[in-house]
Amino acid sequence: MNNETIVDRKVIIFQLNDEEYAVSVQQVGSIERIQPITRVPQTADFVKGVINLRGVVTPIIDLRIRFGLKETEFTESSRIIIVYLDEMEVGLIVDAANDVIDIPEDTIEPAPEVIGSVDVDYIDGVAKLDNRLLILLNLRKVLTKEEINELKSVEG
Amino acid sequence: MDTTQYLDVFIDESTEHLEELYKQLLELEKNPEDKKIIDEIFRAAHTLKGMSATMGYTDVANLTHKLENIFDGIRYDKIAVQSDMIDILFEAVDQLNAIVEDIGNGGDGKRDVSHIVIYLDKIEKGEKEIINDKANENGSSETFNTLETVKSLDQFEISILKESSERGFFNYEISVHLSEDCLLKGARVFMVFEVLEKLGEVIKSEPSVNELEEENFENSFTMLLVSQFEEEEIQSKIMKVSEIEKVNVNHFSIDTYTQEQKNKESAMEIREEKELPEKNKDEGKSTGKSTLSKTIRVNIDRLDVLMNLFEELVIDRGRLEQISLELDNNDLQETVERMTRVSGDLQNIILTMRMVPIDQVFNRFPRMIRQIARDLNKIVEIDIIGAETELDRTVIDEVGDPLVHLIRNAMDHGIELPQERKAKGKPEKGTITLEAYHSGNHVFIEISDDGAGINKQKVLEKAITNQVISSAHAETLSDQQIYDLIMESGFSTADAISDLSGRGVGLDVVKNTIESLGGGITIDATVDKGSKFSIQLPLTLSIMSVLLVELQNEKYAVPLSSIIETSIIHKDRIMYAHNKSVIDFRGKVVPLAYLSEIFTVPQTNKEDQEYLSVVIVRKGDKMAGLVVDSLIGQQEVVLKSLGDYLSNTFAISGATILGDGEVALIIDSNALIK
Repeated sequence: MNNETIVDRKVIIFQLNDEEYAVSVQQVGSIERIQPITRVPQTADFVKGVINLRGVVTPIIDLRIRFGLKETEFTESSRIIIVYLDEMEVGLIVDAANDVIDIPEDTIEPAPEVIGSVDVDYIDGVAKLDNRLLILLNLRKVLTKEEINELKSVEG
Repeated sequence: MDTTQYLDVFIDESTEHLEELYKQLLELEKNPEDKKIIDEIFRAAHTLKGMSATMGYTDVANLTHKLENIFDGIRYDKIAVQSDMIDILFEAVDQLNAIVEDIGNGGDGKRDVSHIVIYLDKIEKGEKEIINDKANENGSSETFNTLETVKSLDQFEISILKESSERGFFNYEISVHLSEDCLLKGARVFMVFEVLEKLGEVIKSEPSVNELEEENFENSFTMLLVSQFEEEEIQSKIMKVSEIEKVNVNHFSIDTYTQEQKNKESAMEIREEKELPEKNKDEGKSTGKSTLSKTIRVNIDRLDVLMNLFEELVIDRGRLEQISLELDNNDLQETVERMTRVSGDLQNIILTMRMVPIDQVFNRFPRMIRQIARDLNKIVEIDIIGAETELDRTVIDEVGDPLVHLIRNAMDHGIELPQERKAKGKPEKGTITLEAYHSGNHVFIEISDDGAGINKQKVLEKAITNQVISSAHAETLSDQQIYDLIMESGFSTADAISDLSGRGVGLDVVKNTIESLGGGITIDATVDKGSKFSIQLPLTLSIMSVLLVELQNEKYAVPLSSIIETSIIHKDRIMYAHNKSVIDFRGKVVPLAYLSEIFTVPQTNKEDQEYLSVVIVRKGDKMAGLVVDSLIGQQEVVLKSLGDYLSNTFAISGATILGDGEVALIIDSNALIK
């Protein structure tokens, strides 16, 4: 990344707990309002379930729970951001999504060690833009499959 | 030339032609005299040669060229069909297949085929004299030329020729060979024609004048000339045109021609009559081919997209129906009803579009059986019934491997060696019958052999030594249960481990695959009479019948294929065995599974119910009762995957979208039964 000339990175900004996060525009399919979610049993807490996204059954993750924040009621501004990663299509529930901006590459700094209390590997870096601090998400780490399935087998 | 865009088509079509070659070669082995088969093979090889040459795969082209030569020889009775020759031909087709596969996998289509080419050459040259004869015939024989080069004369031409011979003119057939290095062929043709026009009248030329002018011919052409001159004179005049290598002028008798034509026609008729009954005997295979109506190739992805779009339409239709009910407007209701009917028809058509005949899977078996029979020194014949039975493409893709396994199993363990069979008073040749048919919403595939059947005692002993079951348990088993043992994992009855089967990882895999497709497999056998494996499969995997159930406020779907029955029981009937709740269901102890607990459904209404709704499901012989809050009803739903992200969810095999647009999860009851 270092030898790239100064390019802007187009990102979608969303809010979680008054902090601003950013994901690359290329990875976002659409932004949806909250709609009925069908719970899928025996999965991790942060997997809220699945929705019917224009005929495609799409899993939904509550990013608040995924990031260890306090779970809150959905509000009018709550949104589901549909992101694509490899062959996966996943929806992320966020408090609000309202901005698309360009981040110049040179404003991006590596994630400061102190930011996360514990080991947060899903942050790619931090960008400071005017007075805003944007946290760049590493979707691949957010969507790692290791933590999804809490398998339990039940005696029949 | 950039051929990449044609690569898919090339591979598809080559595979088809190769399959055709295999099929016809097998037929040829049975009826070496049948010229019709030779023609088919020749045609397939020829097309393959043309295609591969265009695509630049020289090895394929060379090999097919050799094949073509041989079959050309056979066609004209220059080469006799022999059994060992067929082996080499099979080998050649195998090589072709390997090359095409390689190309399909992104290879360059190069392969060392020299050894097989040597064999093919031997076959071809084994009859060298006759081939030479053929060359001579080409040069000298008058009748040969007449028939071969000037193929047909129309009525008008015949009448002119007749008239001219009656008036004392001579009819000549003149064939002109230009020299190899002739540069301006068109010009030479023109000069020849100019010469001939002075001598008489050219009635016909082969190739046609237009083609000749466009230089659309090799180095020779033939004309019919009406003239008063002698043949030597004509010949010498034509020879004056430069760059002409050879001129043959022959008398052409129109009477002989018409006579021959008649003979030929009547001969053809006789041949056709002869062939008709034979053709009918060919198990109707060839007729299937010829009745193919106009078709187009459609990428399966497009069909999937179409299906997806249609599913959305169905969901919206559900909503519309709901709205029209609420609004209670007559016009609206009528329109919605019409739409419902039309979309119902549309659904049928889309579903049948995805159906393909099971022949796609079956057609590779005859060759496989031939090969295995050779390896095992057994004589086996395969009988295929119902190859035209149609199945959804998704099922077809999955069912191939299990069938291969079962057939290998039947060849290895079922059919005995010829001497054994003789000793048992059976014909030396074993038969494997493969039958497919529709019944209700299912397709049945039965693989039966007339071999040794299943030795129950041996199965039991083996099961006990391999600790599949305990010896005490063994005594209580029914025949059916004993047969089912051979499909348990870690079981194999073969005395020796062979390449084919007998590694003990066969039949249990087959069983699992079939069950994962929502089907089932049963075995029936009689000692020394044979055994029969029956597979039951759903017609399609994308649409299934389910029972919708409710757990508190959540809706779940249970596939109908795994349900035995539903019942409502009083809670007093629940018994406890080792702290597990069970019920007595028709004399059997069936464990209960409380789905609300397993799926940790949030409890909204806590009141204890007096009666429980139970769905009895089965997995093989085992059963379980799924306790649900209420039964909603049966419905046809479209199966959707949960997506890669949630691929391993426990006891959930997928999801479906209900009429109101909500998602309901489909329960994998197999996972709930241990």
